[in-house]
Amino acid sequence: MEILMAILASILFATAIYNLLQKQFLRIIIGTVLLSHAAHLFLLTMGKLKRGNPPVLVEGVTNYADPLPQALILTSIVISFGVTSFLLVLAYRTYTLNKSDNMDELRGSSDE
Amino acid sequence: MIYAVFAPILFAIVIPFLSRMKHKIHTGWLILPVPLLVFIYFVSFVGSGFESQVSNYSWIPSLDISLSFHLDGLSLLFALLISGIGSLVVLYSIYYLDREERLGHFYTYLYIFMTAMLGVVLSDNVFALYAFWEFTSLSSFLLIGYWHFKERSRYGAIKSLLITVSGGFSLLAGLISLTIVTGTTSIREMVGQADVILESSFFPLILIFLLLGAFTKSAQFPFHIWLPDAMEAPTPVSAYLHSATMVKAGIYLMARFSAIFGGEPSFFVLLSLFGIITLVCGSYMAVRQTDLKAILAYSTISQLGMIMAMLGFGTDIAIFAAVFHILNHATFKGSLFMIAGIVDHETGTRDIRKLGGLMTFMPMSATLALFGTFSMAGVPLPFLNGFYSKEMFFDASLQLSGYAGTFVEVLATVLPYLAVIGSIFTFVYSMYLFFGTFRGKYKEEQLPVKPHEAPFMMLLSPIILVVGVIVIGLFPSLFNNGLLTHAADAVFGAEVTKEISFWHGFIPPLYMSLAVVALGTVLYLTKTSWEKVYTIIPGNFSFNRIYDWGVNQLEAASNRITFTYMNGSLRLYMILLLASVTTITGTVLFISDGINFEVSDVAPVTVHEVLIAIVMAIAAVATIFVTNRIAAILVVGVVGYGLAILFVLYSAPDLALTQLIVETVTVALFLLCFYHLPNLTKRTESIAHRGMNALISVGFGALMLVISISAYNSQFFSTISDYFTENAYKLGGGDNIVNVILVDFRGMDTLFEVSVLFGAGLAIYSLIRLRKNKGAK
Repeated sequence: MEILMAILASILFATAIYNLLQKQFLRIIIGTVLLSHAAHLFLLTMGKLKRGNPPVLVEGVTNYADPLPQALILTSIVISFGVTSFLLVLAYRTYTLNKSDNMDELRGSSDE
Repeated sequence: MIYAVFAPILFAIVIPFLSRMKHKIHTGWLILPVPLLVFIYFVSFVGSGFESQVSNYSWIPSLDISLSFHLDGLSLLFALLISGIGSLVVLYSIYYLDREERLGHFYTYLYIFMTAMLGVVLSDNVFALYAFWEFTSLSSFLLIGYWHFKERSRYGAIKSLLITVSGGFSLLAGLISLTIVTGTTSIREMVGQADVILESSFFPLILIFLLLGAFTKSAQFPFHIWLPDAMEAPTPVSAYLHSATMVKAGIYLMARFSAIFGGEPSFFVLLSLFGIITLVCGSYMAVRQTDLKAILAYSTISQLGMIMAMLGFGTDIAIFAAVFHILNHATFKGSLFMIAGIVDHETGTRDIRKLGGLMTFMPMSATLALFGTFSMAGVPLPFLNGFYSKEMFFDASLQLSGYAGTFVEVLATVLPYLAVIGSIFTFVYSMYLFFGTFRGKYKEEQLPVKPHEAPFMMLLSPIILVVGVIVIGLFPSLFNNGLLTHAADAVFGAEVTKEISFWHGFIPPLYMSLAVVALGTVLYLTKTSWEKVYTIIPGNFSFNRIYDWGVNQLEAASNRITFTYMNGSLRLYMILLLASVTTITGTVLFISDGINFEVSDVAPVTVHEVLIAIVMAIAAVATIFVTNRIAAILVVGVVGYGLAILFVLYSAPDLALTQLIVETVTVALFLLCFYHLPNLTKRTESIAHRGMNALISVGFGALMLVISISAYNSQFFSTISDYFTENAYKLGGGDNIVNVILVDFRGMDTLFEVSVLFGAGLAIYSLIRLRKNKGAK
């Protein structure tokens, strides 16, 4: 199962990167969202899958799934959510100011 | 001794304050005593009973860098030149520079230079020497660019800085190599280990590095090109830096190290060859110039070449002649520069084609120039010092024996002839300089100012120098015992005694001198008929063009390179970043044999997980192809919700919960933004572009796949999660292990994750509400 999940994660990585390399701001944001999904899946897979019950202590059960990767992913999900929402608003502001969402047109001014 | 060295630079601190009263009293008068006192201090050492002095001052003891000053004969000669001519130049500049000029700047730069130059010739520590060396380059840069509003001044200043500083770096490399080889930073101790240096495998490198440093500083072929352009400096600067002191720093360096390298065939060949080439080319090119200072600049180049060649000869007579000529050259060349400045000052031009017949207007200057130019030409008269050193130069060039090896022998045979050729041209330009300026037809209509004699005080400095020319000419052995033999001893490393007299009898050097005078006279008189030769040699060729071309090409090439990859496109930067990450990581994985596909201990495959994975993969790929934005966000949502289901299946309830909520909110946000953003457009990119993107993304995905599979089996340590599982209740008092980790075991993460959200919220708020530009929406 881990192999399969690794393959899925790398497909997500590949599609995320392809989206990141596009011109439109919206596609780039979609790329970042996919990239964080891929990273989360990657983290979970590396912590080994299906090794027991959900990590909530129950009397008599000794076999639990690894709780540490889950805690890490939880933190990461929240952070990437913050970044994604910021990016979306940034895209909105950029578009209203520059009337363009094409990355090739959004270059720095020449006197930088 | 440290006070003598640092007196000028310490005094430079108060110069800006003194220069405020320049309208009452010329700043030069107030600061003239400084170099004079330094000169008197060094004069007190002169005498036949001279012993070398050492004084040490700690600077950076942990690196063995100290301000240790070593005053031997050579240093004394140079220190006297620097402080003596320094005083004369300050005196001269009082009348040369108008009070409207920025006098504070001028004298500050000049005094920085004076200290730096004294430091160069007195330092025993190689790193202190290098520090002072670069200070001379910097202050020279400031002085050449003194009239910074002139384009030529800026060009000359930058050129001299580029050339001398690149030579300076080479010198630093040489000095560091010397320190590594000998294990000491003191020049005196290095001389003691001369055989260690000569036998070291570093020796060729050291020699090349030091030679590059000396050649660039002393304007030797082919690095001479900065000196003529440095003539944009005020004339006192040209007289001081570019004839008497700074350009002799390279000479000093070679003289200082010839106690180590002397007698080495490679040292002889390089120094003599480049010195003699510089002599011949410099004097040949000097005849062609029309600007008084340009003639003098090329003349300086050629005379420096002559001294360099004599240092290369390395015989006792050659060394003595070199030391003697250092003194002589400083006297007559300093005075000639000052005369050129006076002519410029009183007639308004330095163009020799417009000058002529000035003898009647400026009899004093003409007399001084007569002595200066004839001494420079080496006319055999018993009251001109230039003749003695030139004859000794011929004598030394004839006595080159003891060198074996084909090329070395050929060079030793050719050298006297080249010396004579160089001297003939020296004679020609000296005559041209004098007769062209002061004799001939007076061209009144071409002169901007009606010429008249300069004030006496302005003439005082060149008078003193010319008196020096004559005194040395009349009594050539006057300074021998007190000064010159000590200097020659220090260079040669053994006792050198030499009596100089005018008449040696009918010997070859005399014939050579007579030949120079005879042929020189003929060539001068027929100058107009053979001048066309300059259109053939060098014709259009010059090292200036190579320099300009090189600098331009360097700028253009670096511009091209920078704008190729820094084109402002974020996508290109992304591509470069990802491509390098992929290739570097992939290569390292491959080289270090990290790829490992053998996987044991995997969870069993189940059908519903496989189905979800397939749906997610299809959705992910679909994000690339959809052109409808609602469809795009839906397929992204499918991936997110699919991930949430996977979290459920893999026993992660908290993750599943959070993922569902976050995914929902994100989709909502996307939908909100869609209202304002344009729809997704069809791609209009070329196949090659798309192929490139596809290649990079597939490559990156494959890399991640290889890494994850290879890493899966490489678990070198047991996991620490067991600790969390065991102690969640005991220490944290909670049943939910993930939550206990988040708020208890690793609560710090959560704190800052909260602040990230807070920061993102603030940023979003300010993006929406704050408008710096009210005009924009």
